[in-house]
Amino acid sequence: MRKLLFESVFRQPLTEPAPSPDDAAVAELAAALGQAARRKLGRSLSIREVDAGSCNGCELEIHALNNAYYDVERFGLRFVASPRHADVLMVTGPVTKNMREALERTYHATPNPKWVVAVGDCARNGGCFAGSYAVVGGVSEVVPVDLHIPGCPPAPTAMLQGLLALLERADTGAATS
Amino acid sequence: MPSLIDLTLEGRKVGQYGPWPRVAVDASVWTFAASELAHGRWSLLGLWGESATVHMAIMDGQTAEIAVVSLECPDRKFPSVGKHHPPALRLERTIHDLFGLSAESSPDARRWLDHNRWSVRFPLGGRIDALPNAAPYRFLAAEGDGLHQIAVGPVHAGIIEPGHFRFTASGETVVRLEQRLGYVHKGIDGLMTGASLARGVQLAGRTSGDSTVAYAYAFSRAAEVALDLAVPDRAVFLRALLAELERLANHLGDIGAICNDASFTLMHAHCGVLRESVLRAGGAAFGHRLMRDVVVPGGVSRDIGNGGAETIQAMLDNIRLRFPALVELYDNTASLQDRTVDTGTLTPPLARQYAAGGYIGRASGRAFDTRRTLAYPPYDSLRFDVPVLNEGDVNARVWIRVREVEQSLSLIDQILSRLPEGPTCKEVPLGGEVREGMAIVEGFRGDVLVWLRLRNGLIERCHIRDPSWFQWPLLEAVIENNIVADFPLCNKSFNCSYSGHDL
Ligand code: SF4
Repeated sequence: MRKLLFESVFRQPLTEPAPSPDDAAVAELAAALGQAARRKLGRSLSIREVDAGSCNGCELEIHALNNAYYDVERFGLRFVASPRHADVLMVTGPVTKNMREALERTYHATPNPKWVVAVGDCARNGGCFAGSYAVVGGVSEVVPVDLHIPGCPPAPTAMLQGLLALLERADTGAATS
Repeated sequence: MPSLIDLTLEGRKVGQYGPWPRVAVDASVWTFAASELAHGRWSLLGLWGESATVHMAIMDGQTAEIAVVSLECPDRKFPSVGKHHPPALRLERTIHDLFGLSAESSPDARRWLDHNRWSVRFPLGGRIDALPNAAPYRFLAAEGDGLHQIAVGPVHAGIIEPGHFRFTASGETVVRLEQRLGYVHKGIDGLMTGASLARGVQLAGRTSGDSTVAYAYAFSRAAEVALDLAVPDRAVFLRALLAELERLANHLGDIGAICNDASFTLMHAHCGVLRESVLRAGGAAFGHRLMRDVVVPGGVSRDIGNGGAETIQAMLDNIRLRFPALVELYDNTASLQDRTVDTGTLTPPLARQYAAGGYIGRASGRAFDTRRTLAYPPYDSLRFDVPVLNEGDVNARVWIRVREVEQSLSLIDQILSRLPEGPTCKEVPLGGEVREGMAIVEGFRGDVLVWLRLRNGLIERCHIRDPSWFQWPLLEAVIENNIVADFPLCNKSFNCSYSGHDL
């Protein structure tokens, strides 16, 4: 274990490797995001993730935001355990009828001001599950949505871009209250 | 002792004679099959309904023979299998919720997927209006001095899928866990009805996000069996490549996540990096990080991209370089072992009874891996081991995954070095009026089963069965007598699918 720890100390951080265009873009995006979050919300933006019927693909990519490549925590973006700690709800999935109430209750448990980000194609309008007897449809059928990040699932970079766009918008006063 | 073949001779053959027969039987043969399941001579692979028929897929564990038996139930009832063989219970409750066919004298007739929110009952059967006020869900009782209940979910504290867990605990010790699932039920069986194969495979690939390759693979193979279609060699190998990449990514992610639940975040960070490298390689080679929509009936929708093979090879080399140190770290960290050894033990008899697939079965002595047991191409020509342990605890499930990572690395090497040239997809014929097919494919979590019937090229009925159906109930069993704080470890080491189960 000590060996591994030492290696980690001397190894180049993964977040700043010899910049391939892709990685450079991520770092740049994340830096912009960090500055924007700080300007608008002080030091941090707390996000509560809600799976309202997803296939879990969106969750996998949201998870990836926390890995050492994207490491969103370094910019004050944190995933929190309770809606009561959250500024942003990130909602995935075609909202299922069985999850509708849980989503509503989570939304109401989130203090104002709050933003809702619908993540993934399903979250826009139900995606390929639209029209099922078991599905309500997009997230905006149940709670007001401030931003939609398309993709099936959206890649982590697309989510970073989306969060940045949200912060830009928050500045113009588009927050739900 | 009758063999499965004898049983199928009792019935009337129906449908295509795919790799496995399907026979229509009467109630006495149906009940006989249920009692054989109960005696452990056969394993239950699936149980599903149609508007007036129930089907049961069975495997003979000794010979790996498989058959589907079907029972007509014009009076909307069928003899309960769950009465004899508990693994069938949740499946029977589902058949009732979706089709309105009831399992006679079942010990558990509560609803399962239907939470009385669909505004319709039996959506795939007789469709009647939902009850205005359904009775609240009755959790099973646990009584005794000083017991208390802890209700968790459906919305959990982490970034995970929704489901409800009802713990009854005595102090810190769990005396009963009861799950309530169905929150992410999207009605996939219903959406499949009348769909084209192209839409069908799209839906199949979105049944459980972490197994998108496995589902599309199983669906496509079932369709190809139905249509008598042989896919090009290159596609056969590419599919296995995709499946192994998916397995690799998931195992790496899970090994780290299990350690994370024991507050050992260093492993999580390193495993997360390796997982990301697999996703990036998948993205570079196939244009999608999760490799979604690549496997389709007839072959694969895209060939490996320029430089894709080299990217994958570089990723393999990097994992070979870094992974052994992580395994050593896991093996040598007493505080971690303290949490995983002897925690959440699944006994081999219980794993056998539930025909638990994947690493859950293999960590509890069940040497079942469809890649080996059913040896579908190209696995019939590739070298790999199926690791098996008997301890059945969290630690054993971690080690099975570690060994499977190593096997997948070797399989990917073999596939890349033997990848045949040629076309990657064949045109899918419309087929005759009615065609049936079934396929079972080894996803990272275990055996994914797809049965479908086509009529004039459109899907008349498609049933998809996630391995989690037979793994979720075992999680209830293994948590007993463990402390509440060890639940995340048990849960993560199982990593059952919610969406794949709820469908
Ligand atoms: S958008 Fe795609 S990945 Fe996300 S929940 Fe829907 S099907 Fe799954």
